[in-house]
Amino acid sequence: MSKKIIELNNVTKRYNGVTAVNNINLYIRENEFITLLGPSGCGKTTTLRMIGGFEEPDEGDIFFDGVRINDVPPYKRNINTVFQRYALFTHLNVYENIAFGLKIKKIPRDEIDKRIKHMLKLVDLEGFEGRHVDSLSGGQQQRVAIARALVCEPKVLLLDEPLGALDLKLRKEMQIELMNMQKNVGITFIYVTHDQEEALTMSDTVVVMNNGVIQQVGTPVDIYNEPKNRFVADFIGESNIIEGIMHEDYLVEFSGQKFKCLDKGFNQNEPVDVVIRPEDIELTAPEKGLIQGVVTSVVFKGVHYEMMVEGGGFEYMIQSTDMQPVGANVGLMFEPEDIHVMKRGS
Amino acid sequence: MKKNRAKILAYPYMVWMIIFIVIPLFLVLFYSLTKGNIHDPSSLSFSLESYARVFDRNYLTSIVKSFKLAFISTLLCFFLGYPVALIIATIKAKYKNILLMFFLVPIWMNFLLRTYAWMSILSPNGFLNRLLSFLGLPALSIMPGQTAVLLGMIYNFLPFMVLPIYTVLSKIDKSVLEAASDLGANKIGTFFKVILPLSVPGIVSGITMVFMPAVSTFVISRLLGGGKESLIGNLIEEQFSLYRDWHFGSALSIILMIVILISMAVMSRFESDNDNGGAPIW
Repeated sequence: MSKKIIELNNVTKRYNGVTAVNNINLYIRENEFITLLGPSGCGKTTTLRMIGGFEEPDEGDIFFDGVRINDVPPYKRNINTVFQRYALFTHLNVYENIAFGLKIKKIPRDEIDKRIKHMLKLVDLEGFEGRHVDSLSGGQQQRVAIARALVCEPKVLLLDEPLGALDLKLRKEMQIELMNMQKNVGITFIYVTHDQEEALTMSDTVVVMNNGVIQQVGTPVDIYNEPKNRFVADFIGESNIIEGIMHEDYLVEFSGQKFKCLDKGFNQNEPVDVVIRPEDIELTAPEKGLIQGVVTSVVFKGVHYEMMVEGGGFEYMIQSTDMQPVGANVGLMFEPEDIHVMKRGS
Repeated sequence: MKKNRAKILAYPYMVWMIIFIVIPLFLVLFYSLTKGNIHDPSSLSFSLESYARVFDRNYLTSIVKSFKLAFISTLLCFFLGYPVALIIATIKAKYKNILLMFFLVPIWMNFLLRTYAWMSILSPNGFLNRLLSFLGLPALSIMPGQTAVLLGMIYNFLPFMVLPIYTVLSKIDKSVLEAASDLGANKIGTFFKVILPLSVPGIVSGITMVFMPAVSTFVISRLLGGGKESLIGNLIEEQFSLYRDWHFGSALSIILMIVILISMAVMSRFESDNDNGGAPIW
């Protein structure tokens, strides 16, 4: 594993008495693509702004390469930021925007020229040097913002919902481009988004936040398959979250029945939350299913149908290419590995 | 359909403009190009005499002095006004309105009244000299004189410099300043490389709004200059009120207008180079 480049220790930030970030601990490794994910107001942008130097933590310490940087101003940090609405300099053209940081660092003119040429190639904007930034499309402005930050060769690049203003198709393209860029230039990306799909697609590590508290840190697969609590399960993807009781290791009861599962380490008869992903439930004939129910609604979603099935005292969401009409009696089938048990109220 | 209906709303203004701006302008141009008795149309004949008189030494001196004083007062208004605009734009919201009031309230008061107030402050036996003598200091004789005229101009026109610059500054996206800091610029670098260039449209508006009334004023120079500081505004006013020479007064007005138009054209070149995020008030 590569070394830690940024560390946040017990960091807290309040605005007028309201806690935005509550005592978080987090480290970020070199060359990692890490995403801070959560609903708006969860503290992800505040965390990013503290790393960038635009906010100072009220409590706790931030370390960069082992040096405490709490009160180091942004212009002295080896970190660059891609801002939410790009924050390009409208009085400068594309070339001058990208050259801004290099000129301040007093880098020789021909070196600036060379690096900007290279950057424009990387973000696929060759020939746009003299263009006015206002004349560019959202995606192009986005790429100028990325080029302007990357050309300074920071150790860490911060990205604050950089794709938020783009349409879906362009967003998907830019996601791939950003991932490729990160691999090519080999620097740490810290990415903030509220879009869980974006986070799962791009990141090496996802940090799920809510109410200023880190809910879970893990790889996208971990976060999706093994959510730590109800919030994470609910926020990442669609889930059926059912209240249940853990009778003993590998045996959980919900919907009035006992099921085998792969989870252990709970107290005897501990109340738990059980997660089953809608795509993990299979529809069968009623007698073949583990739970019997009636279809109450069907919505066509393109790739699959989304059906609500009432049965076992719960309304299950099921995603399947196999459509059953409203009112049909069906059976629900799932395997022990599809059941994920979480501690209640954690 | 909608477009046509919207056009109708513009008609009253167009009529107003034609009656009170376009026709009078042509009348001024007409009188400037003729000589004779204005009350007897048959006596009027084409003549460039009035324009020739403008180049009389005395008149040229007044014109040059007008531009010199207007230029100095505009410059001083800029150097006094920009920092104020910057402070108002960046200060906390609760102090912002109070500060803005300081600059707005004087405008609500009558222009003459404000200038008379300066007279009673600056006159030989005025407030300033009484204060100085009370403190045992020698009296100043700035009124009547150019210094008093300049002070009057700056006092009266400073808000017109502050407001357009403030408007542009307050519209600058804070994240742009953060971006400059992020890219390595300290506060001074951010000001000269980002804030100042982005506020050029406001500066252009401010300069225009101070320079134009300053160059054509006659009240300030009359009251605070004590009749000795005759500016082009005073010359024009005298031709109509004192000498009844409408032809020469019109010629002076046309000359003043042409010079102002030229300076505006020069300024608007600056503006169109930076036509983003600006607040063209003029």
